[in-house]
Amino acid sequence: MKDMRISRRGLLQGTALLGAGLATPTIFSSKAWAAGYTNEPKGGTVTLGFNVPQTGAYADEGADELRAYQLAVDHINGEGDGGMLNTFSSKALGGNGINGKKVVFVTGDTQTKSDAARASAKRMIEKDGAIMITGGSSSGVAIAVQGLCQDAGVIFMAGLTHSNDTTGKDKRANGFRHFFNTEMSGAALGPVLKNAFGSDRTAYHLTADYTWGWSQEGSIKKYTEQLGWQTKAAVRTPLGAGDFSQYITPVLNSGADVLVLNHYGRDMVNSLSQAVQFGLRDKQVNGKDFAIVVPLYSRLMAQGAGENVKGIFGSTNWHWSLQDEGSKAFVKSFGQKYGFPPSQAAHTTYCQALLYADACQRAGTFMPSGVGAALEGFKFDGLGNGPTEYRAEDHQCFKDVLVVKGKENPSSKFDVLEVVEVTPRAQVEYPASLLGGELGPYNNGA
Amino acid sequence: MSFFKTQPKDLILLLCFAVVVLLAPILFAPIGAGYPDLLQKFAIFGIFALGFNILFGLTGYLSFGHAAFLGVGSYSAVWTFKLLSMNPLPAIIFATLVGGLFSALIGFISLRRTGIYFSILTLAFAQMSYNMAYSVLTPITNGETGLQLVQSDPRVLDVAFGRDYGAVLPSSDLFGIGMTGYPGYYFCGFMLILCFFLTLRIFRSPFGMMLRAVKSNQNRMNYTGLNTKPYALAAFVISGMYAGLAGGLLAVTDPLAGAERMQWTASGEVVLMTILGGSGTLLGPVIGAGAIKYFENIFSAFNDQILAQVYSFLPEILQQIMVAISSLFVGEGWHLTLGALFMIIVIFLPGGLMEGFKRLRNLISGKFGGGNGSGRATAPAE
Amino acid sequence: MDAIALQVLNGLDKGGAYALIALGLTIIFGTLGVVNFAHGALFMLGAFCAVSVKALLSLEAVTLDPNKLTAWGTPMEIRVPYVETWFGEFGATLLNYSVPVSILVAIPMMLILGIAMERGLIRFFYKRPHAEQILVTFGLAIVLQEIIKGIFGANPIPQPAPEVAKGMIDFGILVGFDAGNVVYPAWRLIYFLFSVAIIGAVFSFLRFTSFGMVVRAGMADRETVGLLGIDIDRRFTIVFGIAAVVAGLAGAMYTPILSPDYHMGMDFLVLSFVVVVVGGMGSLGGAVAAGFLLGILQSFASMNEVKNILPGIDQIIIYLIAVVVLLVRPRGLMGRKGMMEH
Repeated sequence: MKDMRISRRGLLQGTALLGAGLATPTIFSSKAWAAGYTNEPKGGTVTLGFNVPQTGAYADEGADELRAYQLAVDHINGEGDGGMLNTFSSKALGGNGINGKKVVFVTGDTQTKSDAARASAKRMIEKDGAIMITGGSSSGVAIAVQGLCQDAGVIFMAGLTHSNDTTGKDKRANGFRHFFNTEMSGAALGPVLKNAFGSDRTAYHLTADYTWGWSQEGSIKKYTEQLGWQTKAAVRTPLGAGDFSQYITPVLNSGADVLVLNHYGRDMVNSLSQAVQFGLRDKQVNGKDFAIVVPLYSRLMAQGAGENVKGIFGSTNWHWSLQDEGSKAFVKSFGQKYGFPPSQAAHTTYCQALLYADACQRAGTFMPSGVGAALEGFKFDGLGNGPTEYRAEDHQCFKDVLVVKGKENPSSKFDVLEVVEVTPRAQVEYPASLLGGELGPYNNGA
Repeated sequence: MSFFKTQPKDLILLLCFAVVVLLAPILFAPIGAGYPDLLQKFAIFGIFALGFNILFGLTGYLSFGHAAFLGVGSYSAVWTFKLLSMNPLPAIIFATLVGGLFSALIGFISLRRTGIYFSILTLAFAQMSYNMAYSVLTPITNGETGLQLVQSDPRVLDVAFGRDYGAVLPSSDLFGIGMTGYPGYYFCGFMLILCFFLTLRIFRSPFGMMLRAVKSNQNRMNYTGLNTKPYALAAFVISGMYAGLAGGLLAVTDPLAGAERMQWTASGEVVLMTILGGSGTLLGPVIGAGAIKYFENIFSAFNDQILAQVYSFLPEILQQIMVAISSLFVGEGWHLTLGALFMIIVIFLPGGLMEGFKRLRNLISGKFGGGNGSGRATAPAE
Repeated sequence: MDAIALQVLNGLDKGGAYALIALGLTIIFGTLGVVNFAHGALFMLGAFCAVSVKALLSLEAVTLDPNKLTAWGTPMEIRVPYVETWFGEFGATLLNYSVPVSILVAIPMMLILGIAMERGLIRFFYKRPHAEQILVTFGLAIVLQEIIKGIFGANPIPQPAPEVAKGMIDFGILVGFDAGNVVYPAWRLIYFLFSVAIIGAVFSFLRFTSFGMVVRAGMADRETVGLLGIDIDRRFTIVFGIAAVVAGLAGAMYTPILSPDYHMGMDFLVLSFVVVVVGGMGSLGGAVAAGFLLGILQSFASMNEVKNILPGIDQIIIYLIAVVVLLVRPRGLMGRKGMMEH
């Protein structure tokens, strides 16, 4: 207990995080902040909240996100080599923080649980005075935290979340997503799959039994059936099933010649490894080579599946082997600091931090409505994905999508994926009305 | 022995408890816990643990499925918001009732067995509820994303009374007082005091004595011709209602209900809270709940940056070493600290934190030897 | 028909793992009366024995190649495994067989660990209430898995089976199906046979040795055996060690089926408790039978034909069976009457 007190004091002195003393008479009003907007930064610093999974199945992705945030904060504050700030098309940021204020940050553990993630985000907002929350590694958590940030009146910059709902059915004005979604994965993968496997194919889906899985299954079905594929069956598997053999054996003699694994994270590692174990990658059905498809790839996770990923198609938001100036600058900066290349989770969170900082700088304020207006319709380049636009209608980034394949001859343990095709943005774009939902008005809080 | 203590002493206890709850924002500020969300969690999980203690602490029935009642409480509260009104009162009433009904159903079946079999039965029911809520029951629970409010919800009572929330998502309010932030905490805190009072009365009542008798020897009780099952079931349902209320309050302060609230680890958490604080004691469960929530929210937030500042008074080398060592136990290592804490408490303080306080008090008042001789001091330490 | 045969095979390898974990759990429960929530962690530690063996075998000499650069501008590293430098061909074979080889490491490691756990912690909890046993072993499980996470990270680490066992075996031909209809991965069949062998070994140990006889007598009536002047405690320590070894071996051999991560123990924990209860607390045969039974029923419940009638049944089947068994036959499939009913 005594130690705690000392540390707390240290924290107070060091970062001046507690905006208003909590023991002040404002206790009985619902909001301790009476200013223009929630957590308006008053001193020389501005606090960002990095809410990532530190325990549970996505802890490694969370750790990589934190590394990227640390790097982004360094670059925004003018430390390090500047990374993608040098290649970013907007030159508003000058390496002296945001709007002249030095960036500091607080961290928290989402545990990949909605409740824990919201509690953690609330702590950052209520206690630490965070002006923006960002991070996360699953859609359920992203949607939960996005809703919270809307209510509290701060901006939410989503981390790794791939479900359509984040910027579709459950979109909120205060929420922004740089990562792509299942709709884009489907649109990008469809033609590539057709080129690789032909149009006379019968697919069998194994789908994680929750919203993201259904959403992924739906879009792959939609785009492959347009190209003439048949869907033999779509089987729901429980989250975290571990051993998927009882779902894989029915595939063997089903007559299907493509297996689509709508799984992510540990489920993906397990179901893919086991499908390969059951000989599906080397199988011949209907005189054709059997194929396995993993719609959403993560390089970190693919490492967990080892050599089983070889030759397996999928899509990804970004990959460190890209050769554009932005990606090269980011990989260099990240690799020199940590000794290994960044993951797509690290990339998207780094971009989100930079995009937020840049928007605040251009808007000249941290007020959510002002920042949001600066982000809406913002066109930029140099962040590793080519020309990109934050669409105003749904706060979703539109950019090229990478179709990747497990590499046959990896040169290192990080080198597991190779880029097969960069599907241009125009091909994956869809009208905002397709996914429904209402942005609603901005909430500035206070 | 504490049975026969007089009512005034309880009154003082209740009064002290109420004062601490009311002044919590000031009292807990020095340890970094004085912000509304964490205080709300203290109060809500305090209620949850208080209720669990009525079952486990008094009757000895170890349920591993109480999170299911918390979960249904949350779902029913959010559905009340969606269908009826954003006023928290109907929401928590429904949450408590549904929690009670659901626990009556599960309790009626599970209580046909005792001991570890009872534990596994409750665990099985809770896991089934969780798995169904996560997947098949998505139309009711909204699955992984969790049940949320939407603008187009009917809210018939609000409409009938002419309340219009405009274009923004409504948030729960008690006749105009918003249920977020400190008012939300005081709402939960008031409920906690109420629940504490009820628990106190149950502990002191003949019914409470009966429950303790169930724990001490059920066979003998049955030989006397007395059927203990209705008493156990009553305790089960009461604790289920506490859990439902806690779930409802979670939804009141934050209108979202997710399935993971019902997972077995969540059920395990309330067991840990109760034992950590001291099962069978009045205050213990509340303290245990607070301790675990404090760990979860504060310890997990310490990163190297903050640690470096903590040790900034040390020379650079020493500072780096201390940061490296400490960072194993905080931030992403907070689970490790929690696990070690469980072990230490159970090994050295079988009666939980309450026993620790008692020993400390004995030590200070010079009464040595009270409790350390017999490692198993089961006497409730109130 | 072949679909059913395949699901039976699925159930058998899954059931093998359930049975092995439940076996140790029920031995500990039957002899020591301890509810061991750290048993899943023992399974996980066994798996990480395999991971460590592979990691040790693939320790690499790192030399820097100044002519080539990584994508972030540092010199490229050239890595050569020591075993290959030292042992050449044999080293490569050793690496290929790292999972079976890890058994040799797992047995002494898990035995020492189990004995240390019993002497250092569990023995103080024999007479304590179940709730406290659960809390302390749960705490231990968290500590163990956090340590593993600290060393190996949170992501799964692939452990390939030896090359010879990577392929498929046409199992159907052996039992009269048409060729190519019931083919099954070799390693999974090996795992099933392995689990049967371990179970057989444990049973014959308990049945045919005088040590085992005393242990079984102790399970039936601990006090009387103690009165006979037999030092039952020392034997129970060894029993705990054996249970740990069984769980560890189950974990080590399971790694090619399920890439191990630090959390895998918790996932098996609840399940193995259900298996023990369905089999009957303290019944060895019951635990094994229930392990295989639940494995097979879980596989059947996952079939499309079943799921179409009862959506989501595959997610709750295990718990549903537990509820039915406990209500209809509270002592489990093979439990003795009155065992642990309170």
